Amino acid sequence: MIQFILNNRLVQTDRAASTTLLDFIRYDENLRGTKIGCREGDCGACTVLIGSLKEGKAQYISATSCLTPLANVYGKHVVTVEGLNLPEKLNQVQQAMVDCSGTQCGFCTPGFVNSMSGFALTCSEPTVEKAISAIDGNICRCTGYKTIERAAAKVTEQLLQKDQKNPLSWLVANSFVPDYFLTIEERLKEFQSDYSFTGQIPIGGGTDLYVQKHDELHDMDMDYLFDKKELNGIIFEGNQCKLKSSVTVSDLIENETLLHAIPNWYKYLKLLSSTPIRNIATIAGNIANGSPIGDFTIILLAMKAQLTLTNKENVGRKVMLKDFYLGYKTFDKKKDEIISEITFEVPASGKFNFEKVCKRQYLDIASVNTAMVVSLNRNTIADADVSMGGVGPIPKYLTETSAFLIGKELTATTVKEAEQLLQTELAPISDARGTEEYKRLLARQLFFAHFITLFPETIKIDNLL
Amino acid sequence: MINIDAHNHVKGKSIYLDDIQEIHGTLYALPFDATVAHAKIKSIDLESALKTKGIVTILKAKDIPGQNQIGGIFPDEPLLADGEVHFRGQVIAIIVGTTEHHCRVAAKRIKVVYDELPVITDPREAQKQNQLIMPPRQFRLGDTTSAWSQCDYIFEGRSDVNGQEHLYIETQGAYARPKEDGSIIVSSSTQGPTAVQRMVAQVLGIPMHKVEIDTVRLGGGFGGKEDQATPWAVMVALAAQHLHKPVKMSMHRMDDMRMTGKRHPYSADFKIGLTKDLKILAYEVTHYQNAGAAADLSPAVMERTLFHSTNAYYIPNVIAKAYSCKTNLPPNTAFRGFGGPQGKFAIEAAIVKAAESLGVSPAEIQKANLVKEGDELSYGQILTQVEAQNAWETCMKNYDYESQKQRVAEFNSKNTRFKKGLAIQPICFGISFTNTMMNHARALVHIYHDGSVVVSTGGVEMGQGLNTKMLQIVVETFGINASKVRIESTNTLRVANTSPTAASAGADLNGKALQMACNALLERLKAVAQKEFTDQIIELKDEMVFANEVKTELTWKDLVLRAFTQRVALTENAHYATPTIHYDKTKEKGHPFAYHVYGTAIHEVTVDCLKGTYDFDSVNIVHDFGKSMNPTIDNGQIEGGLVQGMGWMTLEEIIYNDQGRLVSNALSTYKVPDIYSVPKVINIQHLETEGHELAIKKSKAVGEPPLMYGIGAYFAIRNAIKAFNPNADLAVNAPYTPEKVLMDLYKKS
Repeated sequence: MIQFILNNRLVQTDRAASTTLLDFIRYDENLRGTKIGCREGDCGACTVLIGSLKEGKAQYISATSCLTPLANVYGKHVVTVEGLNLPEKLNQVQQAMVDCSGTQCGFCTPGFVNSMSGFALTCSEPTVEKAISAIDGNICRCTGYKTIERAAAKVTEQLLQKDQKNPLSWLVANSFVPDYFLTIEERLKEFQSDYSFTGQIPIGGGTDLYVQKHDELHDMDMDYLFDKKELNGIIFEGNQCKLKSSVTVSDLIENETLLHAIPNWYKYLKLLSSTPIRNIATIAGNIANGSPIGDFTIILLAMKAQLTLTNKENVGRKVMLKDFYLGYKTFDKKKDEIISEITFEVPASGKFNFEKVCKRQYLDIASVNTAMVVSLNRNTIADADVSMGGVGPIPKYLTETSAFLIGKELTATTVKEAEQLLQTELAPISDARGTEEYKRLLARQLFFAHFITLFPETIKIDNLL
Repeated sequence: MINIDAHNHVKGKSIYLDDIQEIHGTLYALPFDATVAHAKIKSIDLESALKTKGIVTILKAKDIPGQNQIGGIFPDEPLLADGEVHFRGQVIAIIVGTTEHHCRVAAKRIKVVYDELPVITDPREAQKQNQLIMPPRQFRLGDTTSAWSQCDYIFEGRSDVNGQEHLYIETQGAYARPKEDGSIIVSSSTQGPTAVQRMVAQVLGIPMHKVEIDTVRLGGGFGGKEDQATPWAVMVALAAQHLHKPVKMSMHRMDDMRMTGKRHPYSADFKIGLTKDLKILAYEVTHYQNAGAAADLSPAVMERTLFHSTNAYYIPNVIAKAYSCKTNLPPNTAFRGFGGPQGKFAIEAAIVKAAESLGVSPAEIQKANLVKEGDELSYGQILTQVEAQNAWETCMKNYDYESQKQRVAEFNSKNTRFKKGLAIQPICFGISFTNTMMNHARALVHIYHDGSVVVSTGGVEMGQGLNTKMLQIVVETFGINASKVRIESTNTLRVANTSPTAASAGADLNGKALQMACNALLERLKAVAQKEFTDQIIELKDEMVFANEVKTELTWKDLVLRAFTQRVALTENAHYATPTIHYDKTKEKGHPFAYHVYGTAIHEVTVDCLKGTYDFDSVNIVHDFGKSMNPTIDNGQIEGGLVQGMGWMTLEEIIYNDQGRLVSNALSTYKVPDIYSVPKVINIQHLETEGHELAIKKSKAVGEPPLMYGIGAYFAIRNAIKAFNPNADLAVNAPYTPEKVLMDLYKKS
């Protein structure tokens, strides 16, 4: 039986663990404020908040309920728009949306309200930019967003007063959330911590599996990894970073160590999907999905990542990420193995760059993406690792291009020669994300972009084109 | 006044189709569609599907008791494919089961054997093969043949513009419940309840009086639910009639995208002739409209393209011709602008072609040819109350375009990687249904004897704020508080024979009818008050009766009760039909529009010439609202329309392969603007004008016109590319996706 707190009420259900939270909320619980827009995490109309205990405190994330299996909210607090309503008046986010006319047809609105309320619950140093980032997964077809931006600015202004020592009390006192939120921490502690939804097919956040196989998941026997304690955690040892398999993109986007080592870390990861997806999408899931344009996979390939695969008997073996992909969606992985750990080298400051171009800059899948880690010895390239996605059946580590660069002097000529070689390593196909011709041109441009970005004094656009 | 639905929207309490509480025993219907674009159906095997758990029935064409026909303009579209299919996504059968999941399982078990036929997806190819929805139409003004000899410059070219997915966030859906005596109620997420009612009756083989259609609101429409909300409503009605049970359908996004039509892609050939002082003397254009596999609204869309083929410009010699080409794609349909945007795109392409060839700014040509008072358009309408130049000049002056131009030129001279582009987009858009007979509406007002008021019109609320504007009319006429007035759902039993809420005309038509109804009631109530305050001037305000401008003791509520006890009718039904408009299709001349809406927008974009990506720095607009009755709502329409138009011109790319399969079939492959794709700054200024008598409260229609400002986004990007790659010969082919931008940046000259 799955139990969790839905708004202010304990729910217990015998529904299959694979049932989506969205269907459960709307049709079992009859809470129709949460809307269905796309069922693939791309519109945000179904966004809810999920609270869980972290070091004794309730921490909230926004999540797309269409891609969240019930198993992944076991023992947590799920908040729908109905659970944010105050008895007598609008809450502050709702009021701002009304005052700024941030709603027209209204169908996307509960999703925006939830995402912005999530921001109110979690923000420590609120800025308008961060408030807008919190709604980066919400699509509105009516307003053109300007009125919603104004609402976000209004909410941010109020949140500058937020008492960071007693945030929840402040949020209740200032009409951001109803007062039952004050009781949640205690109620969450009452849940048994045992988590036992094991099965055959491993699933993390579900953000890809529920898109690809929504209909089939109904009857599948799945192994829910997302909340397993032993599969969560980020460990640094020297310049090595070890990720357990259920670490999410959001766990990493604000990681102090990585932000320190890679100044543009936040900017890069912001290019990956949207806030509610990053909140639940796991790194291991991105790797195991095996998409030729998996953004995080491309990043990890350049960082010389190594995977630990563990079978049911808990026997592990290690494989380099670049050797993991055998062909389109085929892997060096046995059926009973899961990716339990990912280890990578944290690049030194100013040595890493990531580029991604798609139709829409955010919340889109790349036409081509690429990462590079490079180090210099004076003006000679001492080490180089380049990866690229969207240019073949697998996310590609560019072996020859990387090797070619090592030992060469850093000049525009070197970069241009390397690019010639790079083209021989690519085999893009024409599809919805672009023609082959475009992908080849884009591959060149983004390869150039690495050098222009990392070495602005030495490599200039005028010398490359 | 803030949108009256806003409070419920933010609380998640507004009810959309899929939020209606299901009656016990409700069944679910799933459309089963063709997987090939053109074929004869050899056989359909339902056996295994029918045995699937939870499946109640599967309906095919032979199960239709009435006509298997839902074509609105021409009867060329079956509800369910019968013998052959003409596009991928054409519905062949309706699966009905106890849950949607069961229906999906069953769908995978249906086996159809096709005998495939050749597939056409390109409108020019269709035209070559004489595959036309209807004979071509042609508008003509002056004499282009003799005009060419007077032109100093003549340019020819081609423009292409892709379609656009509506992407209303609420997908299509309907919910039918049988009533007694073979009648039925269908809740439908439609812009046109009467169209749904007509087709339900036709397919079910029952009179319209047995069919009640009810629409509370839509989670977005944009034209996509004008005609194409109908099939789903008819399907659930058909199933409900068969089974005597409530049946519901709420479409999956990918089904919706695959099965429904979109904005029409157009291809056009143009020829433009100018004099030395940049006056356009002659313009010939031939449009190839990609209609898809059936007429749907394509003939009307094509007509509006012709009406807008010279946009905001006066051209004395014009031939505008259009073919509605039949292809094996889902029938394309209404979408905000309704063919007008495509007509405008071609003339802008022609002007840009001329400007680039002559080495002048397109703005010089645009400005030199803006329409003026008394100008005649190609369809014979003489323009009055023209604001084109006023809007242009106000826009240039108020936003200091000259400085902006200098700043951009300076930026471009100093930067290699980033280039800026500017474009100006004037608009002139005709308001009225081009089919004159559709320009009418009715409103029904009841005043209950407790003083509360309920209003029904033929208008459908879909986020555009129609209900708010309707409420404003009632509140202002009666002098009562908004809390006294309720705007009810759109229902065919209360208001009959309606036109769809479309053509930007919803507020004008329904509002005028409502004004008439309220005024009639007001006169009756005043007459009741007059009995007490003889020979005094009676007014109603602040829920009180005023006599000779002095507040009396008589409240609104007491006045209403007094009228009731005196047996005065407290109900009024009014009918409004737009005066002055007419059109003669045999001559292609007339006065089809009540009035035109004008405005000008300036776009500024920055293109990253390394990556081919772009960001819009600003869009500055001066718009002719007339006397806006609700600036908050109207500004929202401008911002939303602009961004939707920009999406059409930039990110939104519909891709069908040559076998008619939709490749951009989900939100993961079809990208609409997100919060980061919109211009950093959007400024909107209201042009000071008198407004128009035929606009409700002189507040001009605002739904569609702003979408066409978006066209400027395309040409702004082009100008930035030209700054990087000045000599390349660039095609005009919207949208300007980052792919096309990069390819053009590096196109060899």
